[in-house]
Amino acid sequence: MIEIRGLEKSFGDLKVLDQIDLTIEHGEIYGLVGKSGAGKSTLLRCINGLEQYSAGSIQVDGVEVKDLNRKEMRNFRKGVSMIFQHFPMLTRKTVYENIAFPMRCWGYKKQEIDQKVKELAQLVGISEKLTQRPGQLSGGQKQRVAIARALSMEPKILLSDEATSALDPVTTRAILQLLRDINEKLGITIIVVTHQMSVIKDVCEKVTLLEQGKLVVSGRVEDLFMNQPEELKTFLGEETFQLQENGVYVQVMLSDENGSKNILSRMSRELELDFAIVNSEMERYRDQYLGYVVIHIEKNDCGQVEEYLNRNGVIWRYYMTGNERKAV
Amino acid sequence: MMERFLTEYQLNFWERILAPAFWATVQMVVITTILGTVFGFFLAVVLLITDQDGIHPNRFVYGLFNFIVNVIRSFPFLILMVFLLPFTKWIAGTSIGVRAAVVPLVVSASAFIAKLIVNAMQEVDRGLIEAMKSFGISEVQVVFRVMLSEALPSIISGIILAMVAILGSTAMAGTMGAGGIGNVAITYGYQKFNYVVMFLMAALLVLFVELIEMAGKWVYRKMK
Repeated sequence: MIEIRGLEKSFGDLKVLDQIDLTIEHGEIYGLVGKSGAGKSTLLRCINGLEQYSAGSIQVDGVEVKDLNRKEMRNFRKGVSMIFQHFPMLTRKTVYENIAFPMRCWGYKKQEIDQKVKELAQLVGISEKLTQRPGQLSGGQKQRVAIARALSMEPKILLSDEATSALDPVTTRAILQLLRDINEKLGITIIVVTHQMSVIKDVCEKVTLLEQGKLVVSGRVEDLFMNQPEELKTFLGEETFQLQENGVYVQVMLSDENGSKNILSRMSRELELDFAIVNSEMERYRDQYLGYVVIHIEKNDCGQVEEYLNRNGVIWRYYMTGNERKAV
Repeated sequence: MMERFLTEYQLNFWERILAPAFWATVQMVVITTILGTVFGFFLAVVLLITDQDGIHPNRFVYGLFNFIVNVIRSFPFLILMVFLLPFTKWIAGTSIGVRAAVVPLVVSASAFIAKLIVNAMQEVDRGLIEAMKSFGISEVQVVFRVMLSEALPSIISGIILAMVAILGSTAMAGTMGAGGIGNVAITYGYQKFNYVVMFLMAALLVLFVELIEMAGKWVYRKMK
């Protein structure tokens, strides 16, 4: 378990992390999302001590990271591996040697190393590439090698710093699937730093949105999507359609859980009400589909629509543009 | 009679002058490169470790070594040679011949090679170093097993570059009685107005450079 309390860090006068509180449970896939420069990578680097923090505390399984001395820190890092955006490798060594390198530095036995490397290569699907140089591999393959290397010390936590940001969408999917497999098979806690919301949707159970070093929103990914807090909308830059006509816009959230997928056609039939659909979106979140539909109704229909949606336990809200929001 | 004299003269020239000169040049270049690399590597490691971003930043040690290296590099070699004369005499026991020439050559080459090694090692991907640290690999291992290994091809090509520069310096050292091809070119070619000898020696030096370059390219390709 990782417990972060009141974490602060500054570069000169600039506060890059400001009063961060987070709890990451064992075995979770946790997302840290935000724009470039929001402080998410810095936060990640504080967890394995690559960056120091000026105030607050980070405890990993009860151990305070900043209290570790040089030697303890090295041992601690064995249990907290990391993968990176540009998958840095030893360019002159083979894939095999790259995966084996941390173990060699830690003085593992030859036989042990050989067995582990082959096992990991199998796990990440690069068994045929072991004798090649990193330069001969594609980006996705390199990231697989990096993941194998990160797993070689049998860590409890895997930190992923924009690991898919340099990859194409199809490869990104494959790598994210691999991370999920690893999380399920080995029970490793994975912390994913990304600026891509799609990554969060694909793999994360919980997510924290950071903005200018501050924690803005945090929670389960599905909950955040269903509740659509303002901060998330701002991050996503969502203002996808123009409200033109007079009347009321209602956003109805759809999910597998409360069987609300056909709610609109039922409502239309039961209330004998006509409405226009002005916007909608359906997206996959890990294994379930979530979405919403925005409908346009007449002002005097508001009462019965409100009552109907509430009766059916559907999450909904009035939909307003930025200007109208200010007016209210 | 005339013909016999010429061939004898030529024969003597080859045996008494050119062959020893060639040998002296080879000796100076090889010894200087080896010793220069050893001392240069030592200096480079000190600079890398005591640098601000190094393992043990130490402003004083870094400043001192950096200053020495820069001062040596900014001396014209001819001046450095004269300047080091007392030191040379103390180390080598003499101030003429190959042994004496090697001393200033090594001093100058060490500084040059140290800078080359530092540059090559600082070129190593910062991300790779960070990644290695994230696996709990010690800083000493990062310097010697990661940075050195990654930078090796550029260090090698840097040393080849240094070798060519050393070859140029040996010609100047020749004026101090060290012998060598450069010395022959000056004494028997330039000063005796024998342009054939002068151009012959120059051609020999060009050949020398080509050989070094070829060997260097071959090693570089093997390394990469």
